[in-house]
Amino acid sequence: MADAIALEGLERRYGDRPALRGVSITVGEGQTLAVFGANGAGKTTLLRVLATLLRPHAGAVSVLGASLPGESWKVRGRVGFLGHEPLLYPDLTARENLVFHARLHGVATARADELLATVGLERRAGDPVRELSRGMVQRLAAARAVLHDPAVLLLDEPRAGLDPAAAEQLEPLIGRASGRTRVLVTHDVERGLREADVVLGLRAGAPELAGGAAAAGEVRRLYS
Amino acid sequence: MIRPALAILRKDLRLELRTRESVPAMALFSVTVFVLFHFGLHRDEVAGAMASGVLWVTLLLATVLGVNRLFAGEREGRALDGILLAPIDRTAVYLAKASGLFLYLVLLELIAVPAFAILLLGPGIGGAFPELIPILLLADVGLAGVGALVSGLAAESRARDVVVPLLLLPLLVPVLIAAARATEPLLTSHAGPHQLAKWLGFMGVYDTVFLLLAVAVFDYLLED
Repeated sequence: MADAIALEGLERRYGDRPALRGVSITVGEGQTLAVFGANGAGKTTLLRVLATLLRPHAGAVSVLGASLPGESWKVRGRVGFLGHEPLLYPDLTARENLVFHARLHGVATARADELLATVGLERRAGDPVRELSRGMVQRLAAARAVLHDPAVLLLDEPRAGLDPAAAEQLEPLIGRASGRTRVLVTHDVERGLREADVVLGLRAGAPELAGGAAAAGEVRRLYS
Repeated sequence: MIRPALAILRKDLRLELRTRESVPAMALFSVTVFVLFHFGLHRDEVAGAMASGVLWVTLLLATVLGVNRLFAGEREGRALDGILLAPIDRTAVYLAKASGLFLYLVLLELIAVPAFAILLLGPGIGGAFPELIPILLLADVGLAGVGALVSGLAAESRARDVVVPLLLLPLLVPVLIAAARATEPLLTSHAGPHQLAKWLGFMGVYDTVFLLLAVAVFDYLLED
């Protein structure tokens, strides 16, 4: 199995403050990496580096065979990012937001309508995002993240604000069933372990543990 | 590059039509300043260098308002990240923002210039307006080109309200000088021969240099 993501000694700072230090791990194609850690441990920074939104300051970072930051342009458009912020325009309607992103990614606008139906928002398609509930915005953000059928999904607490039915609705798009390589940041240890092929624990930016499913006991001890 | 630039421009114009946050504020500001000059200068009409200076300083300060708002839509919900994740040349963002600001300035001047004439010009000067059009358009290209560049530079800065005027106004001094000098004879009752072509040429060179510079560096401005 080819590596979809390979990190070797990744470092990233904000000013003088290190946010990631010596992070090394590999994730195979179609696998899920679950990332655990307390607030401020560097989980979101890791996702933003992988998404090409932040430059790594040291170490080797490879996503889908492209080396970052030098070949970032090869990665853009092949990763989907679902974070704390929806990356949507509150004053545009749900459909206008998806159509805008479809145009940026060169995707047919029919895909936007298809996804609105998939996430159960077809009846609210004409409403401004500002008027949608938190859960609806999260569903729309998930549709935005997979609009271009990305090979890699970067997910930061993707089920936050969703009721169980809505979370279930998103499974084909962002869950294991999607078949995509995923990096999943979560505080829900049991759910993360159920979905993970590889786990990474961070403390103050440094890896506290890294390994396969066998590390489950250690993950529970440190993060439950 | 053209297709994503058009998508971003269309989205920006739609947001402006819906929220009406930029052009009305710029127009209202300009009219208010003209009213203040009308009473502050304690005279019914101005002409020549004074009139030209009042017009261009007011338009320049109104431009600052527009530049401050240019990336406002992208800041809410971190929507700029959504654009940066797309597989597009980031120069498209610059082209869209500069084109949008250019259109805002044209709309502003459709309101501000007649208001200026009514509030501050004498009856014999109104016939100069056809000759004012090329000056306005060439100045607008410069204001929009530099404005979009500075707005991109300050987009992620928390101190952008301070950074934008401090960076923008010095850079626009050459446009102010050229536009004011070109306009001055048009606002004088018995003007002698003037050097309109010289000042238009100056603005053309300024516009070309800054547009090329902006296209060359804008990609790097959006890097973290």
